[in-house]
Amino acid sequence: MNNNDKLIIGGHEFNSRFILGSGKYSLSLIEAAVRDAGAEIITLAVRRANTKERENILDYIPKGVTLLPNTSGARNAEEAVRIARLARELGCGDFVKIEVMRDSKYLLPDNRETIRATEILAKEGFIVMPYMYPDLNAARDLVNAGAATVMPLASPIGSNKGLATKEFIQILIDEIDLPIIVDAGIGRPSQACEAMEMGAAAVMANTALATAGDIPMMAAAFRQAIEAGRKAYLSGLGRVLTRGASASDPLTGFLRD
Amino acid sequence: MVMVNGESLDVAGKTVAEYLKTANYDPRRVAVERNGKIVPKAKYSETVIEDGDNIEVVIFVGGG
Repeated sequence: MNNNDKLIIGGHEFNSRFILGSGKYSLSLIEAAVRDAGAEIITLAVRRANTKERENILDYIPKGVTLLPNTSGARNAEEAVRIARLARELGCGDFVKIEVMRDSKYLLPDNRETIRATEILAKEGFIVMPYMYPDLNAARDLVNAGAATVMPLASPIGSNKGLATKEFIQILIDEIDLPIIVDAGIGRPSQACEAMEMGAAAVMANTALATAGDIPMMAAAFRQAIEAGRKAYLSGLGRVLTRGASASDPLTGFLRD
Repeated sequence: MVMVNGESLDVAGKTVAEYLKTANYDPRRVAVERNGKIVPKAKYSETVIEDGDNIEVVIFVGGG
């Protein structure tokens, strides 16, 4: 692979295009998952501290990995801004993944509130990575609001259903001049590979790993799939015929009577 | 009384640093909000918790 093929987010360079979630699996598996994923960015959530919980996730994340706190739990822009500021106060950098949801059944992001939160936090110097429903107008508003990337959902969070919004993600990839990172719903390495073939800048996955039989092995499978998809995209995919066939073998020199 | 993470506790008069120590929290691993405003780490030992305060102590946990 071309070593100059970097993912650039808010002026920071990354070699890996796999953003790893850390939810719903054991802290003891995080280090192996990060290693086998080759991930350089890991997402985290912010929650109330609990006096009974002695272990801290930060002790399990290898040094040098960029932390991407999310604003999960936020129901509007103000709550997202509050969580983002607390996350920054936790002292692990300026990255934030905005998540604003009003609906607990489908966990769909509220694009309008997400745009508002992006605008406020970008002005405060955050590197804002908004999770959004793939809508071109909303994506353009996010660009204008100062987003560093746009993170459209493939299908509902945690569903492992894959690229249900494929056509609309393709529109964002074609029209938005920021890295498009496919987030949520990617359930299999083949789906991650397809997103990368389409030209996505990166893929984020959590539940696909957390619900897999062997988490580090699945992390490795995703890594390979994402690298394969990226190479395919950079190569330029071959064309598809509308009709008929096109021989791969020479059409001369046949053995005939 | 003071509300700490939604629970009513008798910690008025303590500094934030003292409270964190009593509760066994690592000050490097938490962020603290007092009445909706972030208390910077450098101010933990001079910020006194008052009766009626609303305190939030947060940490990072696993998430997507």
